[in-house]
Amino acid sequence: MKPPTVSWQLFWAFFRVGIFGFGGGPAMIPLVRAEVVTRYRWLTDEEFADVLAIGNTLPGPIATKMPGYIGYRVGGVVGCIAAVIAIIVPMIVAMIVMLGIFSRYRDVAWIRGMGQAVVPVVMVMMAQLTWDFFDKSQAALGWLVSIAMAIIAAGLIYWLGIHPGWVIGAILIAALLRPAGNKKAERTT
Amino acid sequence: MIYWDLFLAFFIPNIIGYGGGPAIIPLIEAEVVGRYGWMTAQTFAETLALGNALPSPIATKMAGYVGYEVAGIGGAFIAVAATVIPTLLLMLGALGLLYRHRDSPRVKRMSQWVRPVIAMMMAWLTLGFLLESLNTSGTIHTLIIGIVAAIALIRFKTHPAFVVMGALVYGALFIS
Repeated sequence: MKPPTVSWQLFWAFFRVGIFGFGGGPAMIPLVRAEVVTRYRWLTDEEFADVLAIGNTLPGPIATKMPGYIGYRVGGVVGCIAAVIAIIVPMIVAMIVMLGIFSRYRDVAWIRGMGQAVVPVVMVMMAQLTWDFFDKSQAALGWLVSIAMAIIAAGLIYWLGIHPGWVIGAILIAALLRPAGNKKAERTT
Repeated sequence: MIYWDLFLAFFIPNIIGYGGGPAIIPLIEAEVVGRYGWMTAQTFAETLALGNALPSPIATKMAGYVGYEVAGIGGAFIAVAATVIPTLLLMLGALGLLYRHRDSPRVKRMSQWVRPVIAMMMAWLTLGFLLESLNTSGTIHTLIIGIVAAIALIRFKTHPAFVVMGALVYGALFIS
């Protein structure tokens, strides 16, 4: 086991990433790099790029896979736990406290108005993400394939009521099993 | 039993959600609002708004808060663990294998092929928020907030926290 100071460094490094990293996991990667490569030199640039590439081969949030892996590599199991806790726990506590206060006064008209007013904002944010994902999708697969896949998936999920897990799981298995050699698939991202 | 449901509700989106935290949001919505009915579209939208206004990863903030709402501290712990641990263990356990395949076209194809489906679910969720807002706040408020938010976020790249704060002020003053 490494001395506890490493775990403390890991904790503070990822605490800073968690506090200053706005915009969700993928937006936080440069901050992780600044701490891990530039500040503490736990990894070289190439190693960092490899860790990122490996993280992207797996599903799930990138902003917890990277701290978890880097924490483990630098400080063992304790380092792993310290890094993950540091990046996620402070803002979960903030969410629970703030939304807790908010829902206590939900009956007050102007507080309820505040809650209603954020729905269109979230709608716009979700529309942005939608566009972002469609755009990346058409860059890799083309418009026709992207839209056809989207329509078929919509039919399966929302019309036939099949759980999205089955639909996406089937796509993942097909993507994995189909022999490589498709030029389009090799081209981007 | 509720712990098991919570575990599944967050384990499944995270094990199929390629594309980082944001890709997982519509999958989580499908479980939390659609399947289990733990939250209404309105409360989910509020949670997402605050989640977007605060730093740190969105997927774990959603998991922590929803888990807490549904089953207290234990629920928060289960939901966060279901979000973080499975893929992290995979990464630590299968590192060599993943390292060899990190540039494999098949692996890239997995995230590429899932993307149109995630995009479609995001579009569906966007539509859901639109209908919810039209229903509760009415057409005029929805249009005003939506258009101003779109201009601020897309044209001027305003920080989401400020846009959410602006909407809160607008809501407190004009919707009540």
